[in-house]
Amino acid sequence: MDAQTFNARVATPTTRLIGALAIVSMAWVVIGGLIVTPKDVDQGDAVRIMYVHVPTAWVAYLAFIVTALASACWLLSRKHSMGFDRVAGASAEVGVIFMAMTLLSGSLWGRITWGSYWAWDPRLTTTSFLLVTYIGYLAVRGLGGSLEQRARRSAVIALLAVLEIPLVHFSVLMWRSLHQKASVLSGDGDIKMDGSMLTTLLVGVIGFTCTFAWLVMHRQRVLAMQDAMQMTQLDAALRERADESAGLK
Amino acid sequence: MSTQLSLGRVARAVAAKDLRIEMRSRVVINQVFPFAGLVMVMFAFALDNDDVLTRVAGGLVWLATLFSLIIIIQRSFAVDTADGALEAQRVAGLDPAGIFVGKALAVMVQLVTLEIMLFVAAVVLYRVQLHADGAVLLVTCVVSATAGLSFVGTLYGGLTAGSRGRETLLPLLMLPVVAPVLIGATRATESAFNSGGAAVSDGWPWVGVLVVFAAVFGLGGILSFGSLIEE
Repeated sequence: MDAQTFNARVATPTTRLIGALAIVSMAWVVIGGLIVTPKDVDQGDAVRIMYVHVPTAWVAYLAFIVTALASACWLLSRKHSMGFDRVAGASAEVGVIFMAMTLLSGSLWGRITWGSYWAWDPRLTTTSFLLVTYIGYLAVRGLGGSLEQRARRSAVIALLAVLEIPLVHFSVLMWRSLHQKASVLSGDGDIKMDGSMLTTLLVGVIGFTCTFAWLVMHRQRVLAMQDAMQMTQLDAALRERADESAGLK
Repeated sequence: MSTQLSLGRVARAVAAKDLRIEMRSRVVINQVFPFAGLVMVMFAFALDNDDVLTRVAGGLVWLATLFSLIIIIQRSFAVDTADGALEAQRVAGLDPAGIFVGKALAVMVQLVTLEIMLFVAAVVLYRVQLHADGAVLLVTCVVSATAGLSFVGTLYGGLTAGSRGRETLLPLLMLPVVAPVLIGATRATESAFNSGGAAVSDGWPWVGVLVVFAAVFGLGGILSFGSLIEE
């Protein structure tokens, strides 16, 4: 891998297109969410938090699915391509930020509608555990060692997290439940939402997903450069030592 | 060399080694047990209400167990990493799955002993009462919860063994994972003690959760431990 190649191509047509899509759809969400859409009958203006809360939650979960899939691909692929590992790492980093945003927007919304910032509800509790688990995952990535070691360790941790999350969710579900039932995907196919609200929400989902994709693509490129730098520094140090010992002879 | 030892033999040898080291050094008995007892007394200071203590005794026992688990796991792997014993076991060709099961077994024995002490402390300090029908539930709960805790502890202990900052990383990785055990074991124990009017029959579904948890992480550990400790 050559560091020069990265310098020459900071962005590709694909990342530019995704970035542009993200900007346009985010602008739509801001205008739609704050001006165009009506107030909710029960919740008033507080319902506007939904246009941020729901898409960030979706992206956070998507990010962790991407991390798990990329980790599985790294473990299963015969070549153990480091690209999979970097996508897993980049996706987890972005996912942690989005998950923190979900919890923050959710607790503000909860304060207005439930009367408290926090409630011991299964989805909320599972989400907070997921956040802590992936903060741990990122700490494991920072443990040091070779790139191969980092990839192997973190891939196993990511897959163990996939085992953990359903167990946490199920046990908290057995413990207690309070969260508002899903209104868009209620299972009976009957969507209970005003047209402009639904459109804004869906555009929000697209916008946040594009932002996620854009961030992950750029972040994994930065990680690739970091890895390349680490390898170059290692090679240089080895050459220096070799020269030193040659000079001593 | 084709004399590969079976998983069971490796597990027995590793467990016997870890328990022998503990019997000789007595670190867990002399330090971790008193620590856990101290935690139980501290809980009483913090809650300062006899009725509340009796009501939440189950949860406090399992919390004290979790805190002690962190120390026991760190101790278990400190013994192995201090002079490269873990690498030596790998180089000697021992099946990593066997090492995992063996270390988990040794941790399990230490934890069960600790839990017996903590339950006696709960009866004495928190005035909980255990009836005959609750005893079967309690024993099943202790066995299944301890198996789950030992598997998860060994798995993450192996991952952090020998790495910088493992003392701080282990609880961060392990505690979110064992949350279902804390919830399940607490509810089952409360049922066994009839705390807050909980019936014994309410505790059995929680034992089911604990068994599933132990099975999932036992299998996960057997499959992945080799990858985690490989240098």
